[in-house]
Formats: sequence, structure tokens, C-alpha cells
Amino acid sequence: MSVLVITEHDNAALTTGALSTLTSARQLGDDEIHALVVGHGCKDAADAAAKVPGVTKVLLADAPEYDHRIAENVTPLLVDLAKNYGHVLCAASTFGKNVMPRVAALLDVQPVADIVAVVAPDTFRRPIYAGNAFATVKTGDPIKIVTIRPTAFEDAEAEGGNASVETLSGTGDQGLSSFVGQELTQSDRPELASAKIVISGGRGLGSGDNFQLLERVADKLGAAVGASRAAVDAGFVPNDYQVGQTGKVVAPDLYVAVGISGAIQHLAGMKDSKVIAAINKDEEAPIFQVADYGLVADLFEAVPELEKEIDRVK
Amino acid sequence: MKILCPVKRVLDPYVKVRVKQDNSDVDLANAKMAMNPFCEIAVEQAIRLKEQGHASEVVLVAVGPQQSQETLRTGLAMGADRGILVKAEPAPEPLGVAKILKAICDKESPDLVFAGKQAVDGDNNQTGQMLSALLGWAQGTFVSKVEVHDDHFLVTREIDGGLEQLKIGRPAVLTADLRLCEPRYASLPNIMKAKKKPIDNYTPEDLGVEVGHRLTLQKVEEPPARQAGIKVDSVGELVDKLHDEAKVI
Repeated sequence: MSVLVITEHDNAALTTGALSTLTSARQLGDDEIHALVVGHGCKDAADAAAKVPGVTKVLLADAPEYDHRIAENVTPLLVDLAKNYGHVLCAASTFGKNVMPRVAALLDVQPVADIVAVVAPDTFRRPIYAGNAFATVKTGDPIKIVTIRPTAFEDAEAEGGNASVETLSGTGDQGLSSFVGQELTQSDRPELASAKIVISGGRGLGSGDNFQLLERVADKLGAAVGASRAAVDAGFVPNDYQVGQTGKVVAPDLYVAVGISGAIQHLAGMKDSKVIAAINKDEEAPIFQVADYGLVADLFEAVPELEKEIDRVK
Repeated sequence: MKILCPVKRVLDPYVKVRVKQDNSDVDLANAKMAMNPFCEIAVEQAIRLKEQGHASEVVLVAVGPQQSQETLRTGLAMGADRGILVKAEPAPEPLGVAKILKAICDKESPDLVFAGKQAVDGDNNQTGQMLSALLGWAQGTFVSKVEVHDDHFLVTREIDGGLEQLKIGRPAVLTADLRLCEPRYASLPNIMKAKKKPIDNYTPEDLGVEVGHRLTLQKVEEPPARQAGIKVDSVGELVDKLHDEAKVI
């Protein structure tokens, strides 16, 4: 059997979520790995997918109705294609979560969401209850539709392969919904989900302006800035900064939690980080139970000092 | 416009989950249960749409054990008009729930289904999308803002990297994200009134839906425990440890 990987891209290159999904595909032992690149004006992304080692064929579906990859328009294409495969994979991004269940329902398949490990070609490990337990589930469906937690798999190499690109025709606009606009958060820092270092702030920061303290440290470390739900709900930072069960799941080399108490919903999003450092003035804060290095201190004194100390060791 | 809100009974999100000693499942015996927080948000939004004159009726549907009736009463006390309980044990998978909800939609013909984006027990994030697919309707997931128009909904969705606005044709399935609205607390008089509101009872068989399980749960485990860390006394010591010991900066 073959595996179909639905790859996300920015029209030019694959996202890191797509690359980690390709890594998971290589663990399934299928004969062939086909990468689907769907969108509008995305020929370059298909060429990029063709260079990923292990990919045996790239399917390019480039049509106006796939612009912004609206679920209703992409679904007929995916349903048609999926029938030829043993596995259909996608990253558990907002795109993957939006589209894959829609495809699965039309194929009468119960998908397996957000897996962190491939146990066997039909058996997967996935977090439940906000990562407070892990379930191993075996699927009996003939087509296995699976979404992948990107932080749980290494990114596949971007160069070295040489797959052929096959062009598919569009399936037409379904006329159910249409794109109106978007507001993307502008940032020069690395993307939160793939950054090596993440520094996050919580309610303890007190205001949005105070996030500048963290941003200065982040710039010194080449880190991404994240936030707890409390900080987002208080309006300190936009929602896409949020780390946790309902936000992004990160697993950087270093996670610095500043003024974050450590509610289970937040821990679900960051406890797979390699090293966790926490700065909090409450020594009873639950974050200290998962932190490798904890400092009980007032963040307004500690963070500016942190900035200076980083200069000293760098 | 009639709005249908699926609601799920789950382990109270503020209770720490326990795994059974034989690793067969999580242990829910005697645990405190509650309405899934994302369902609460969807119900609140549906009631607000009714209060704004956009909806004539808000109908709740719960699929699960008999005790799910308590979850329906909670939503009725918030202001929903009536409930439907589809008794199914063990609880079906999202695909089975979507099929049951499809059958209810065929009976009730709602103009809008407002669900939560995910249940905090299975963390699947699938049911709304699957229902929308089975009905052949438009879907708006991760919704943080909704405007009702004559022939469409204008929704703002929370996506990776920011927000997206979509025009969603009617009828539609929308799923609520965290920031859509703040659910209200039911007042005591409303809790009393909710006891008199009607709840219809069905089984999947009544609806002609076959609910098989496609996934077999082989094992449930505790997450790997992190090794206990250390407390440092100063920022200087913290930076030294991160640099010299952990080698991450």
C-alpha cells in the first residue's frame, strides 16, 4: 500500500509541520509516499516537496478554488484521492484539524487525531485529557486517516530526493463558503511551534507593554515569544501566542516560563520541552513541579537582569 | 432560525485525571463530571443569538449515558429551550456521534448547529467537521466571532498565525473556540425552571443509526514523569546552569 501525505506550505516551501509529517510517513513501512500539494500558485512548493528524501511522487493540485485551502473546496479532491491509499496523513495544524475529519466522514472512517508515535501501521499513541494520559489505539478502518503532532516527530530533510510531479485538475468551487480576509500576526522572531527556544509570559506580566521585557530577552536568544491563556484572555498578546491544550503545542530545547503559574491546560502545551526554566514569585506555583530550573523572584527585577546575564555568557 | 447545540458530559476539566492501575482506561468512577467547556461556549453564543432576535429556538442534544441528562439540564438552565438525549453506552466515537447528530438534524431541520471545537476528554476535534460533511453543509471551525446575515454567517476563525474571516453559507455547522464568548452562570430560578423544560429521549436504534467502534483502546498510560528540578538562588546562577549544565543557551 501507499501513503498520501497532505502537505502544508506557504506556496514556496513546505511548513515544518509538513516535514515532520513526512517523517512519520516513513515509519509506516508503506511502499510509496506521495505528497499532495494543494493550493493556488503553489508550483514552487511542489518542487520543494519533490526534493524531500523518501517522497516517491508529488501530486500538485493548483487551482483558484484551492486558494486559502477552504475545507469545503479541498474535501472532494481529498476524498477522491484517499480511496487509493492505505494511509492518509496530515499535520494536526488548524488546517489538518479542519479538513481531515470532513474527509474521513465522507469515507466513513474514524480518524486518529494528533498522534505522537507510530506503534504499528494500524496502531498509534496519542495524548488525551490535555496530555495528562496517553492512549494507544488500533484502528480497524481500511483507510487510516491520521493527524500528526508536529513536535513529536523530527523534520524530514528538505533536500536529497528527486520525485516526479504529477498535476491534478481542480474539483471546482463547491459554493458553500468563501474567503473574506485574514489578519496575520507580524513577527520577525522564529515561529512559535518550531522555535528552539521559547520564552513565555503569563498573567504575572501585568500588561501587554511588559511583554517588551520578554521580547528583548527573546531577541538576544533568537527565541519565540509565547503566552499563557491568562495573558491572552487579558488582552496582553494575540491569541496565536497561546501555548497550551487550546493553543499551540511546543517542544523546544529550552522553555522559559515567566509569571506563569502552570495550570494543567498550559502544561499540556509545553511539558515535552527538553529543559524548562521558570521564574515566578510564588514558590508554591505548580510550574516549579515540572521546571528543571526554578527561580523564585519578582519577574520585573529578574527579567532585565536575565537580559544582562545572557550577554555575559554569550 | 433554529439552533441545535450538541453538548457533552466530560470529566470536570479542573479535576486531575487518574489512569486505572491495569492501564485499561482512565478511571472515571466517582469523578466529578461537567459540561465540556467548549460546549458551554457554544450554548452561550446560541442563547445570545436568540436574545439578539436572530434565533427562535435553541435545542440541545447530548449523546451518551443516562447521566448526560444533567448536562442537558445545565444548558437548559443557561437559557436553552429544550433537550434531546440520545442514550448510547459506551459513548460513541466522533464518527458515531456525527451520524447520530445527522439523524437528529434530519428530524429537527436546524438552520445552524453550534458545537464546541473539541471535547477535553478525547481531545479529538472532529465531530463538528464530520457532521458538516455528512449533512453536506458549510463549516466554520475555531470560531471566535460570528455575525448572522440573511443567507450566510460571517465568521472569524482562529488559525495558526492569526485570524481568518470566512463567509459561511447557510445552513452551517460552526464550532466554538475559547474566545468566542464568556458562558453565563445559571441563576437559581433558572435552574428550577429548567427542570420543567422538556427532554426527548432516543436511542441510536430509534434513529436508525448503527454505532460501531472503529478504534480499539489498547492501553492508557500516565505521561512520563519529568525528573524533579532544582531551585536556583539568582538570575546569574540560572543563566550559568542553562549555559554550562543544560547547554541550551
